[in-house]
Amino acid sequence: MSAPTMPDLSGHFGRYGGRFVPEALVRALDELDAAYRTAKTDPEFQAQFKDLLLNYAGTPSLLYRAERLSQAVGAEILLKREDLNHTGAHKVRNVLGQALLAKRMGKPRVIAETGAGQHGVASATAAALLDLECVVYMGETDTERQALNVARMRMLGATVVPVTNGSRTLKDALNEALRDWVASVDTTHYLLGTAAGPHPFPEIVRDFVGGIGIEARQQCLDQLGRLPDAVAACVGGGSNAIGIFHAFVGDESVQLYGFEAGGEGVATGRHAASITGGSSGVLHGARTYVLQDDDGQTVESHSISAGLDYPGVGPEHAWLHDTGRAEYEPVTDAEAMTAFQLLCRTEGIIPAIESAHALAGAARIAPQLREELGRTPTIVVNLSGRGDKDVHTAGAYFGILDPVETLVPGENS
Amino acid sequence: MSIAEIFHKARAEDRALLIGCMPAGFPTVEDSIASMIAMHEAGCDVIEVELPYSDPVMDGPVIQKASDIALGRGVRTRDTLRIIEAVARTGAPVVLMTYWNPVEKYGVNAFARDLAAAGATGMITPDLIPDEAGEWIAAADEHRIDRTFLVSPSSTDERIAMTVAQCRGFVYATALMGVTGARTAVSSQAPALVERVRHANPDMPVGVGLGVGTGTQAAEVAGFADGVIVGSALIRCVLDAPDRATGLSRLRNLSSELAEGVRNPAR
Repeated sequence: MSAPTMPDLSGHFGRYGGRFVPEALVRALDELDAAYRTAKTDPEFQAQFKDLLLNYAGTPSLLYRAERLSQAVGAEILLKREDLNHTGAHKVRNVLGQALLAKRMGKPRVIAETGAGQHGVASATAAALLDLECVVYMGETDTERQALNVARMRMLGATVVPVTNGSRTLKDALNEALRDWVASVDTTHYLLGTAAGPHPFPEIVRDFVGGIGIEARQQCLDQLGRLPDAVAACVGGGSNAIGIFHAFVGDESVQLYGFEAGGEGVATGRHAASITGGSSGVLHGARTYVLQDDDGQTVESHSISAGLDYPGVGPEHAWLHDTGRAEYEPVTDAEAMTAFQLLCRTEGIIPAIESAHALAGAARIAPQLREELGRTPTIVVNLSGRGDKDVHTAGAYFGILDPVETLVPGENS
Repeated sequence: MSIAEIFHKARAEDRALLIGCMPAGFPTVEDSIASMIAMHEAGCDVIEVELPYSDPVMDGPVIQKASDIALGRGVRTRDTLRIIEAVARTGAPVVLMTYWNPVEKYGVNAFARDLAAAGATGMITPDLIPDEAGEWIAAADEHRIDRTFLVSPSSTDERIAMTVAQCRGFVYATALMGVTGARTAVSSQAPALVERVRHANPDMPVGVGLGVGTGTQAAEVAGFADGVIVGSALIRCVLDAPDRATGLSRLRNLSSELAEGVRNPAR
């Protein structure tokens, strides 16, 4: 495996990444970078992080061979069960790492942005555990759509601030968190939720969630005696994908696939596929692929999955795309929901709708890989989160929420 | 006259410059031109045109709202250039304040060229630091656009020296750790920051922004800085007015009050 060399010292992945931020934040980013460099090589910090991951978060997560799903899609599918982690997603790895870092920097307060509320809940969890004050910015539209997660965050002791600017969704929550941070950097760590934003966030988040890929790679060697043919993950901001990709980047025989939220179809304009349906630009502190109009104004994204509903993507994915090391394809809402149902019915696992995009993508590439390899391909799919939070959305999508309808057997599904 | 010359003239008169900010296309293209001309006539020495952007992370609620209104009415980058041209034609010195992505999307060199052709003398970049500005620095040099980067109370002395060295015309000192918007008191951090900039380069004019909204505050800032930058308070004149005429009249009154302030530095 070749050593990962990205990003460079100023946080660039090729032409992507960097720091496009107000000068007021540069010192805080420099301090964060310095604190992270020392933490990275500090055995005590690494031991604390490892202990929390093992004894609190419930990792390493299982690599589960999904027999019935494999039969259904015509490939050997191994599911990386991040849905079984505490708080129900891969995100717990990142928040524990960053909350420890905040403690180490002596910052008593953390702020976070959240879309559907998953990162907000995870941040509130880590803040409760490590005794930090926590403020979560959430678009007003999202606080209404995700009232249960708002209640969860409050139960955990966090303050939830509904954001009423702009489109009142994730991107505006991120803007508001940045504005808070500009005014509070002395006491506050910004607990960014994905492998995006200004340097050093893409690198820090990647490293904290990088255990996903390190574990999966070793589990493949242990269980199969070889590496998989492909690794598939969904891509919104891209943290679960970079988390599982990174350990495999040096393995040339392993193809990496990122599946973006194609919404109603990239051609309709109603999607969240920043790489396959956007263009190079600068958003939220980094140069990357962005959904934007001809004037460089950010365009609103659309996806049935709140966690993928973001008009940008982490800069390392932009770079992996341009270099051809990873392939990115859009998966529509409909394709994702078909895969969502397939996993429920074949394996008894309700996935997050985000992760269902990766499942749909794996099902799509299975026949291509089979032809290419001349045998049944082995695909590791990152099951990044569980679907409890999506029961309402999925129930509405499949029309199974109406009690009158459920009285008539056979009319639904 | 270049921005540097305007600053030096004001220094000779022992007063500070008044820089008034207004988003392009707020609430309409024609109205924003009228506002800017009124501001200049009533005493704003330099007009800072802000290009409305969907994700303005350095801006507080007033500028966000004004930008949203402008964008909601469909203002485009080319409208901003047209507005600059109309205002500059009246003899008002114009600088543009813009977030980086609209420039990158337009094409950096083409933007500098068209900005210069429209008559702007400089450009302020709130989310572009010199570290990432190689292409912009080259384009601004080629098309003779003065570039203004920001310094902040949190900037180290090394970064202040590096940033000031890359500025032409003037440097923008953000008076406090926070976003744009009028405050009840002038930041206590501002004088020390201006002092640190002067230490890095005594000849580089320093404009102070963030939090100034009254004549008294303008006089206070004029006591230690070369330029006083006012945005939100001026914009609110238009935003809160019941009708267009009232808005323009409030804008003239506040501009005169601020102009009076910068001519009577509190020392």
